[in-house]
Amino acid sequence: MNIVNKFSLFNVPKYISSRLKRYSSHFVYHPEQISNEIGKTTKKNMYQAINSALDLVLNKDPNSVVFGEDVGFGGVFRCTMGLRDRYGKDRVFNTPLCEQGIVGFGIGLAVAGTTAIAEIQFADYMYPAFDQLVNEAAKYRYRSGNLFDCGKLTVRTPCSAVGHGALYHSQSPESFYAHSPGLKIVMPRSAYKSKGLLLSCVRDPNPCIFFEPKIMYRIAVDEVPDDDYELPLGKADVLVKGRDITLIGWGTQVHVLLEVAEMAQKEYGISCEIIDLVTILPWDKQTVTNSVKKTGRAIVSHEAPLTGGFGAEITASIQEECFLHLESPIRRVTGYDTPFPHVFEPFYLPNKWKCLQAIKELVNY
Amino acid sequence: MNGSSVLRKHNFKNVLSILENRLFSTTSEATFETKPFKLHHLENGPSTTVTLSSEDALKYYKQMQTIRRIETAAGNLYKEKIVRGFCHLYSGQEACAVGMKAVFRDTDSIITAYRAHGWTYLMGIEPFGVLSELTGRKSGNARGKGGSMHMYAKNFYGGNGIVGAQVPLGAGIAFAAKYYGNGGVCFSLYGDGAANQGQVFEAYNMAKLWDLPCVFVCENNGYGMGTSSERSSASVAYYTRGDYIPGIWVDGMDVLAVREASRFAIDYCTNGKGPLVLETATYRYSGHSMSDPGTSYRTRDEIQEVRQTRDPITSFKEKIIGANLVNIDTLKAIDKEVKAQIDEAVKKAKSDTEIGLSELPGDIYSNPLETIVRGVTPFKNLEHIRVGPAVNLK
Ligand SMILES: Cc1ncc(C[n+]2csc(CCOP(=O)(O)OP(=O)(O)O)c2C)c(N)n1
Ligand SMILES: [Mg+2]
Repeated sequence: MNIVNKFSLFNVPKYISSRLKRYSSHFVYHPEQISNEIGKTTKKNMYQAINSALDLVLNKDPNSVVFGEDVGFGGVFRCTMGLRDRYGKDRVFNTPLCEQGIVGFGIGLAVAGTTAIAEIQFADYMYPAFDQLVNEAAKYRYRSGNLFDCGKLTVRTPCSAVGHGALYHSQSPESFYAHSPGLKIVMPRSAYKSKGLLLSCVRDPNPCIFFEPKIMYRIAVDEVPDDDYELPLGKADVLVKGRDITLIGWGTQVHVLLEVAEMAQKEYGISCEIIDLVTILPWDKQTVTNSVKKTGRAIVSHEAPLTGGFGAEITASIQEECFLHLESPIRRVTGYDTPFPHVFEPFYLPNKWKCLQAIKELVNY
Repeated sequence: MNGSSVLRKHNFKNVLSILENRLFSTTSEATFETKPFKLHHLENGPSTTVTLSSEDALKYYKQMQTIRRIETAAGNLYKEKIVRGFCHLYSGQEACAVGMKAVFRDTDSIITAYRAHGWTYLMGIEPFGVLSELTGRKSGNARGKGGSMHMYAKNFYGGNGIVGAQVPLGAGIAFAAKYYGNGGVCFSLYGDGAANQGQVFEAYNMAKLWDLPCVFVCENNGYGMGTSSERSSASVAYYTRGDYIPGIWVDGMDVLAVREASRFAIDYCTNGKGPLVLETATYRYSGHSMSDPGTSYRTRDEIQEVRQTRDPITSFKEKIIGANLVNIDTLKAIDKEVKAQIDEAVKKAKSDTEIGLSELPGDIYSNPLETIVRGVTPFKNLEHIRVGPAVNLK
């Protein structure tokens, strides 16, 4: 395919960093199209959808508890608003400020049969609990020969860029945890998905980490079913069918890719297939490789740094499974191998221009 | 003039003598009584009788006023959306920092968490450097790369966004001081909320095991975000929570009491007796950060009451005027000077420019093997550069 370079966007305008700054967020939210067979729905943003999921769990499962720093008051992002009033402070409670303790305590609750839903206030604060998650939670079932497990544990935590979060309120650490067999790792892209996926995580018999892209708490507004519903873990969503290239992302980045696909179609007539991976661990290799075998090209895009990001895993697997189908190298469009910078956030993010450029290069390869 | 005048209640006689003094001249030194200290595993504590020179009175007053003004300015810049992200104000807690700093020697050091603007200024950064770090500009003391929370200066190891993470670093810094034999003491600061992090107890143990010159300072302002200390902590006697480490409780709203306790702590640590825990009982007026109005988990009356009865600046002002150490006109002149200085700093912090893109990949490593930083750029490769002069390594 031959593509004319219509834009001179990529000739480094000197004022680029200040220009990018003016965007208040780096993506356009694409609301979910849900079928109306689904029952009664209500317009909800992501935090309200999560709240609704937690409400359902607490209501239906008398052995469920919700806890974390300030969750009794609703938490920093309002996800647990009103729950303590409805279910009492022995089921919805504040913990001291001690992440390692919170997760370890949650594992204990879960292994003793309680549905434990812990909140870690920011994913950036979960590192003190890294040992508990990786050594204790992930391996409990395995190391006890299945005598014990902490599958009833779900850890919810806000992640990713928010526009001004700087070093410790912006990170996307999913790939650290993806290196731990035994855990399930999920990151929803929308209000609708967040409710169904959270309910699945809570009921899944494995410990789950549920990463909530915090920029979407308010921006992501969907018609969300009032009823209980579960969405499958380990299953990717093909959001847009396409012919020329497969774009893979998760969380906020899905919306960047949706916009990029529209741009690529409009400006260059390139047809993109868009996959939301949904679950980072275990990830849906089948859906991804089927798509790439069809399109012959792939881009994986995430906010986390390039080296050792989950894109590396996907890229390696595509290479292995789709080698003879590939028309071009597989590309990753990601954050930089730098800490998440305060003043350079707009530049750091794998925004639509970077993705579009990569598409152009791969299609012209 | 007699060198010592003890201020008790403003009885009629006192008021008369104050008036009398004001008409003539001020005294050069005065003596005050602090609230009693509470002691843990200590036979003797700091002296509750403290003397203060008029020179120091002016110095502490000016420092506390400057911190208060920096914080007010920071809060306003945040409301104007010029400071983005986070912003944690220290207003109400000024006496803690000023009291400790008052006795620091060149070899002493400090590390704290995110409520760091006041400390940054005390450790030698001009208010402009603090405010322009907050606004993310290049004259910020970390070139705008840290933003809120991450500020540094000589002997000031930060500035930390992860609650509790700084505490064991303090123990390490203290070990280094001991190892180099420079006589330095490290003050490792954390809040009443952070006091529940496991790392704090790990650091206590190491510090006592090796008798490190480390003062663990728990700034107890009553709340960790929206959770009061009673609801987060099984024991709120934070000065005793080092168990085998002796501790002191001090009125953190009284700069002189904090100074006295810190002086005692430095003596104690430099005599090879090992670490101490110092709890400063204080209060924060603002919400936890700018996004917290700070009124849903405590009453407005509570805040008002502290402002009226325990404010570290007002109470100090009354004290030093009452003792005739300074006269009110001098303080007014200081207020004016500080206001002008901060106004000017705000103006500059708004108009200063940001660092260039070339610094995005700066200072990730000291000496990278690969100079091109990996990532995706449609523009040009990002070359790793060395920007900052490391202040800790000679
Ligand atoms: C590891 C970690 N957990 C949680 C947070 C969020 N957080 C920031 S400050 C804070 C409260 C700390 O309270 P305290 O130690 O009393 O200090 P204060 O804010 O009162 O100065 C919390 C929960 C964080 N920054 N890091
Ligand atoms: Mg506190």
